[in-house]
Amino acid sequence: MIQKHESIVIQVVARALVPLILLFGVYVIVFGHYGPGGGFQGGVILATGVILHRLCLGRDFSHRTLPPGLAGGAAIAGLLLFGLMGIVPMVFGGAFLDYAHLPLPGYSTVDLRYLGIGIVEVAIGLAVMGASVVIFDSLAGGDSDA
Amino acid sequence: MKFLVFFVLGVFAVLMFYATTSLPDRGDPAAPANVYVSPDYIERSLEDTGTPNLVTAVLADYRGYDTLGETIVIVTAGLACIIILLKRKDYDTKT
Amino acid sequence: MVWQLDFWLLALLVVTAVVALQVRDLLAAVAVLTAYSFFMALLFAEMGAVDVALTEAALGAGVTGVLFVVAIFVTRRRSKD
Repeated sequence: MIQKHESIVIQVVARALVPLILLFGVYVIVFGHYGPGGGFQGGVILATGVILHRLCLGRDFSHRTLPPGLAGGAAIAGLLLFGLMGIVPMVFGGAFLDYAHLPLPGYSTVDLRYLGIGIVEVAIGLAVMGASVVIFDSLAGGDSDA
Repeated sequence: MKFLVFFVLGVFAVLMFYATTSLPDRGDPAAPANVYVSPDYIERSLEDTGTPNLVTAVLADYRGYDTLGETIVIVTAGLACIIILLKRKDYDTKT
Repeated sequence: MVWQLDFWLLALLVVTAVVALQVRDLLAAVAVLTAYSFFMALLFAEMGAVDVALTEAALGAGVTGVLFVVAIFVTRRRSKD
């Protein structure tokens, strides 16, 4: 089912829309401190952009531009980053996931927790985006003739 | 048979509506969910974490364990999809 | 909290849920289910849970519909029952 769509309108609109969707996803992840949003929602929006790219521009082109191995790597990297954020404070004398004990000199406790929330949101976003794209790829990538 | 199904459904609906009458009102400050730890979070989260959005502070900081488990579940779902579906070329699903 | 808005959103929610169950074509069922998710997101936003509304709009009305459509296309189209 995933060939390049024959209509030139859909191709052009998809090409124009995908970067905007990805940018909005990054905005939702990063802006989670101040408004509605966060890693989960932003990751899903990023995955939506990638899936739109896959659906409208064909599998061959899309797999060359945004390789499917990268999505699985992003999922695993996000999970590892989250785990690291839990374990590193434990090594430096805090509890598990206690961002106030991150080994960064010159930051106050509040700033460290602020920073830790930001890093964790990015990790969740990576993991959710990668997992969603991997699910879509494995669902749609089996047979090319359908 | 059809009458029996609708009768059971009606009884169930009446029971559920009766149960909702004893639930606390939405936004009631004396409701059990708003009494124990919620006021603490609402008062302290800004000076603790510097994050104005309370939902993000609770999800990523105070309740980080929950979010970690959630992320593990999602990544596991992706891995399961890879393991189950990527070998699909071997047998024909379309008959 | 406006009770008229609540009432009509909930009524549309029930209507879309029943239609999604009753319709024969699976693709149409997925479309109606997406509409259901969108009304759910509107209801959440109207009640003040903006984060939940954003999650519901992105997940329920976005990715889930696409995954259902792909699953329908790699299997058969018509429902048997």
